[in-house]
Amino acid sequence: MSKLIVNSLYKVFGSNPKQGIKLIKEGKEKDEILRETGLTVGVNNVSFEVKAGETFVIMGLSGSGKSTVIRCLNRLIEPTAGEIILDGKDLTKMDKKQLIEVRRTAMSMVFQNFALLPNRTVLANTEYGLEVQGVDAIKRKEKALESLILVGLEGYEDSYPDQLSGGMKQRVGLARALANDPEILLMDEAFSALDPLIRSDMQDELVDLQQKMKKTIIFITHDLDEALKIGDRIMLMRDGKVIQIGKAEDILSNPADEYVERFVQGVNRSDLLTAADIMVKPWTTVGINHGPRFALAECKKHGLETLLVTKEGRILSGTVTINEIKKAISEGKTTLHDITKEDEVSRISPDTNIKDIIELTLQSSIPVAVVDDDGKLLGVIIKSSVLRALMSERGGDNA
Amino acid sequence: MPRLPIGAGFEGLVDYLRVSWRGLFSAIRAFIEVLIDAAETVISFPPFWVFAIIIAAIAYKRSSKGIAIFSLLGIFFVEGLNLWPATVSTLSLIFTATAIALIIGIPLGILSAKSDPLNAVLRPILDLMQTMPAFVYLIPAVLFFRIGQVPAVISTIIFAMPPAVRLTNLGIRQVPKELIEAGESFGSLWHQMLFKIQLPLAMPTIMAGVNQCIMLSLSMVVIASMIGAGGLGSVVLTGVSTLKVGMAFEGGLAVVVIAIILDRLTQGKSLKK
Ligand SMILES: Nc1ncnc2c1ncn2[C@@H]1O[C@H](COP(=O)(O)OP(=O)(O)O)[C@@H](O)[C@H]1O
Ligand SMILES: [Mg+2]
Repeated sequence: MSKLIVNSLYKVFGSNPKQGIKLIKEGKEKDEILRETGLTVGVNNVSFEVKAGETFVIMGLSGSGKSTVIRCLNRLIEPTAGEIILDGKDLTKMDKKQLIEVRRTAMSMVFQNFALLPNRTVLANTEYGLEVQGVDAIKRKEKALESLILVGLEGYEDSYPDQLSGGMKQRVGLARALANDPEILLMDEAFSALDPLIRSDMQDELVDLQQKMKKTIIFITHDLDEALKIGDRIMLMRDGKVIQIGKAEDILSNPADEYVERFVQGVNRSDLLTAADIMVKPWTTVGINHGPRFALAECKKHGLETLLVTKEGRILSGTVTINEIKKAISEGKTTLHDITKEDEVSRISPDTNIKDIIELTLQSSIPVAVVDDDGKLLGVIIKSSVLRALMSERGGDNA
Repeated sequence: MPRLPIGAGFEGLVDYLRVSWRGLFSAIRAFIEVLIDAAETVISFPPFWVFAIIIAAIAYKRSSKGIAIFSLLGIFFVEGLNLWPATVSTLSLIFTATAIALIIGIPLGILSAKSDPLNAVLRPILDLMQTMPAFVYLIPAVLFFRIGQVPAVISTIIFAMPPAVRLTNLGIRQVPKELIEAGESFGSLWHQMLFKIQLPLAMPTIMAGVNQCIMLSLSMVVIASMIGAGGLGSVVLTGVSTLKVGMAFEGGLAVVVIAIILDRLTQGKSLKK
């Protein structure tokens, strides 16, 4: 079901925005309109739908209108025209009071530069949203602490923002947004101000958190890798317009035009990369003749749900899952023969092109196995190694 | 070219106001007299040495040990010159004038931060208020309120208010846009925005305005001795006009000591960083 529907949203900055819309409808381009009238077209006929529980990423270069779109959603910026339908109600038609209610309960925002109040402690910052709602002190402290724990900031309640690192500040930003328990999180380049390593951690954590919380997230980024890692679906924007909306693999494999293609250029340039270049050693494998108790211990040791099973000569037999292992133990089985599934895991040869690997890895929840002609296990491909490969290929663009 | 009758016109206006608005002026006069008396009662209530200790304690807390010692010695020094009573009178005028200037100036600064048109109107008026020679305020004040402490306070309020308005306005406008957006995005009402975000973040700048306001008050109160404000200013004035150089010098020293104490006390720690 659609949580949020945006229909033909326009935003024109300047003294006579309606005139700008007229010119757009006459087919004039953004720079023509700016030259002739001095009006800036921020958002031009943007429509999209976001499903409940989905992470929807808006991607585009700087100035493409991403921030304007997300600020129209909670009307920090008044749209010039269009509809924004939240749970069936049009936000653009709401009066001040209803709007404030939506901001307090339905949507919370996380900002690029954190936007923490420097005169308040971490706890008091986290409580802000509840405080303006008039929630009593005990209850709001309790809720704020809960969300600080959720983002891993236990013990920092009494620190001040300027005592924290960038990554920790943004955790406070996230905790403050979560404390309200909103249905929708709006994140405008929330990780763009962080160093690459911290940023990557935050992305992982957001993905983890999202599995628990099942919020509807609208996440803005100008970074393809971030979009691929976080997004269920991605919307690409340029000059205020939507260029393409789709799942990661749609965008990678069918770029809508040269603009998108340039965005995903790294992927195309890495045509030469093959599975052999990016595979890694599997964390662990078990032999098919091993007992299920050993397999269970391996699962626990490495925190895995699924194990790769090999036979003599490291030939890949298939996979076993932790549930089947437990069942096998209770049934008194002594090997993994009966429970090993041959077809759950995708097998590719070491010279498979990275373009085909991307689709496979994005689709499957377990690593893809790289095997030679005899079926011998050479390595595995995990999502992050694909991303890392793309990232280093695109290194020049990121600078 | 015939002489322009601006002076005559102004006199006419003043006469008109004095006659037709007499009730208002005497009400204001009475009100301000009450305030001055109250301030004077409070300040002169403790003996000077108790006052000195209190000020030193505040200075120690807000500023530094050095300033605390300076304040203590400074007040003893003033008493040593036999100028403590005159100082009390000057301080009463300063506090009364500053309090009124802030009560009007800070809200005005808040309003002009929120409204560009108001800001555009206020700006030239504030410029005018600040650049006019201080003496110019004395004359209409005397015309409406006769001589004494009341016209001194009135002209001091006008002279000292601009920085309070200006710096409050500036402080609020300087709050980063992202913080305002954050406040709005969590559904703050206007007064929550003002009291929870804008004023706390603008506070260092507003305090700088308060500091300037007090310092300007001090200088004006000294000048206002010319219209009978009394206090330290009249010590200097009498000294100068009767060519008692020593007396004028002592009065001047006392003014400087008070100025330094007030300045350091209102600057506090935040601005020293
Ligand atoms: N307040 C504003 N006034 C005028 N133009 C603006 C304003 N905010 C954004 N714009 C313009 O709208 C366009 C989109 O900006 P923005 O939404 O910030 O892009 P992005 O977030 O993708 O970098 C840009 O051309 C920008 O200059
Ligand atoms: Mg932006």
